[in-house]
Amino acid sequence: MTNSCYPLPALAALLIVASAAVIAQQPAPPQGQQPTSVELRLTGDPGSPPRLAVPDLLALTPDRETQEAARTISEVLWDDLNFEREFALIPRDTYKSIPAAGSIDAVPFDRWRELGADGVIIGTVQKTPTGIRIEMRLYNVRARQSAYNREYTGSAANPRVYAHTMADELHESQRGLRGVARTKLTFASDRNREPVLNTVEKRDVKEIYVADYDGANPRRITINRNLNITPSWSPDGRSIAYTSYRSGMPDILISNIYAGTMESPSKGAGQNFLPVFSPDGTRLAFMSTRDGNSEIYIMNRDGSNIMRLTNNPAIDVTPTWSPTGAQIAFTSERRGQPQIFTVNIDGTGLRQISFESYADRPTWSPAPHNEIAFAARTGPGFDIKILGIASGETRQITFGEGTNESPAWSPNGRHLAFSSTRAGRTQVFTVDRDGRNLRQITKDGNNTTPNWSQ
Amino acid sequence: MTRKMNALMVLAMLVAMVVGACAKKTPPVARPMPPPAVTNTGTLPPAPPPPPSPVSEPVPVPPMPVEDAIGSKSLDDLNRDSPLKPLFFDVDSADVNTEGQQLLQANAAVLKKFPAWQVTIEGHCDERGTAEYNLALGERRALAARTYLVSLGIPADKVKTVSYGKEFPFDAGKDDSAWSKNRRAHFVITAK
Repeated sequence: MTNSCYPLPALAALLIVASAAVIAQQPAPPQGQQPTSVELRLTGDPGSPPRLAVPDLLALTPDRETQEAARTISEVLWDDLNFEREFALIPRDTYKSIPAAGSIDAVPFDRWRELGADGVIIGTVQKTPTGIRIEMRLYNVRARQSAYNREYTGSAANPRVYAHTMADELHESQRGLRGVARTKLTFASDRNREPVLNTVEKRDVKEIYVADYDGANPRRITINRNLNITPSWSPDGRSIAYTSYRSGMPDILISNIYAGTMESPSKGAGQNFLPVFSPDGTRLAFMSTRDGNSEIYIMNRDGSNIMRLTNNPAIDVTPTWSPTGAQIAFTSERRGQPQIFTVNIDGTGLRQISFESYADRPTWSPAPHNEIAFAARTGPGFDIKILGIASGETRQITFGEGTNESPAWSPNGRHLAFSSTRAGRTQVFTVDRDGRNLRQITKDGNNTTPNWSQ
Repeated sequence: MTRKMNALMVLAMLVAMVVGACAKKTPPVARPMPPPAVTNTGTLPPAPPPPPSPVSEPVPVPPMPVEDAIGSKSLDDLNRDSPLKPLFFDVDSADVNTEGQQLLQANAAVLKKFPAWQVTIEGHCDERGTAEYNLALGERRALAARTYLVSLGIPADKVKTVSYGKEFPFDAGKDDSAWSKNRRAHFVITAK
C-alpha cells in the first residue's frame, strides 16, 4: 500500500530540525538582573498592543547562506507575529536607516524609542560545522533590557522553521497565546495539470498537498494521478485522511505522511467520502452511500466498529466533531434545503442550528470559542458565517467577493482557512474570526477543501 | 434474411481486403485502388463483383454480430461518441423528468443490444452548490438514472454509480448554459 504515497523525507527532516531546535535550546546567558516573569512581559501604551520592530538578524559569518537566513528569519518572524495581532508590528521599511546592532548587546535603544517601538527583536545567525546557530533577544526598549532570550542550533535547510518556533514561543511567553506559526494546512490541488488516465474526458488530477500555515513549503502527499479531495489532519499531525478515487470509486485513505505508508480503513465497502478524525484521533466520522443513501457513519481508525449515525431518506453529509468528541455537526436537507444540524454521537439530541437558504461544511471551533463556522449561500455564491452555539447569533465574515467555501478552524480558534474564487481560480485563504487579516495562501492551479493541523 | 445479408457483407469485406492487399503489391500508379468496403451505414453498400478467384474454400463467417460499427469500436472510441446519451438535471435536483425518461429508455435499448457491456454512471453537479454537498447530490443523480434503467430491465450488476460532485465540470463556463451541461448523469462504458 505504500507505492502511491509520497513519504516526506524533507518534511521529516524539518520536524527533526524543529524538535532539535527545541531540544538544543540553551538556558539564556545569565543576566545582570533576574526580573520575574511578570516584569518580563512587554507592554505597550495603555489599551494598545506593544509596538514591535523586527530588523534583519545580524549575520556573524559573511557567506551568502547565512546572510539570506538572517533576512528570511526576520521577515518570517515579522509575519508570524503580525498574524496573531497580539503585537503591533512596525513596518520593516521604516527602520532601514537604523544602524544594525554592532553586537547582540549593543542596541541603539534611543533610535528604536524614537520610532515608537516598545520592543525590538535583535538576533544573530552564525554558520557552524553542522548547520546554523541562532540567538534571538526581545528587548524592552523603554526599560533598555532583555525581556526574552532564545538560542537555536540545527540544520540550515529551512531557516523559516526557526522563525516559526521563535514566534510560537514568544506568543506563549509574552501573551499566553498558543500561536499557529508551526501549524500546517492540507488541501487538494490540480496544480500539476496532469490528466486523469482511463477517461476520454479532459480532466485534471487533484492531489493532496501540505504547506506551512503561511503557504510556504508546499509538498505533494499523494501521487495516484486521480481525484483526491477533502483532506483532514489527524490530531497528532502525522496522518491525513482524505477521499481518493484511485481505485475508480471514492474511498477513504489515510496517508501517514512521515512514515510514507497508507491505510484503507473502509476497505472498499461502498462509496465513502469526507473523513474527519475525532479529537482523540481514534475514530473517523465520514459520509457513505453504502446503504443506498448518503448517511453519516463513525468507525474506528482501523475500519472496525462501524456505526451509522443518521437514518433519513434525505441527504446527510459533511460531518465534523465537537471539540470534546461527544457531538457531531453535519449537513442535512431533511427539512428542505441543506442546513447544519448537531447530534450526539449516540444518535440522540438532533438539533437544527442553521436557518440559511443553503448551508454546508460545518467546522466546530476549539475551546474556548463555542462556535461553528460554515458556508452559507448569500447570493449567487457562498460566504463564510460563524454561529455562536450558546448565543445562537450568526455573523458573516466574507461578503460576496467570489464564492467562499469549506471553512476550517486554526487550532487556536482565532483563524479560518477557506477556499475562495475572489482572485480568479479557487484558492485557499486564511482570515481571522472577525473577518480581518485576509491572506491568500495558494496561487498555483485550483486549491480546495483546506484543513488546518493541530 | 438479415443473417444472409450480413454473411454477404462479411464476404464482400474479406474479398475487398484480399483485393486491397493484392493491389498494394502492384506498381504504385498502375491502376486505381478499389474503393474500400463501407459497412457501417443502414443501406447496403453495392457489393463488388465476386472475384475470379481460383480458391474455392468457404470463407468462415465470424460469430460476432456486425449489425453496426458500435460493436467493433474500442472502448475509448465508444465513449468519445457514446451511444449512451447523458441525462441532464434541474438545479439542485435528482428528479428524472419525462424527457429524461425517454432518454433513459433509448439508453436502455442500446444496453439491451449489448448485454455484455458494463457501464458506470457518473453523477455530476454544477459549481453553484458546495463541494461537499455536491458529492452527495452527484451520487443521488447517478442512482436516479441507475434505478430507472434497472426498472426497464437492465441487470443491476451491469451498472455502477460514482459521484464526482462538482470536481470535473464538462464546461468550465460561468453561465447557465455551462451549468446546465454540468448537472448530469454521464454514462461511461467500462467493459464490453
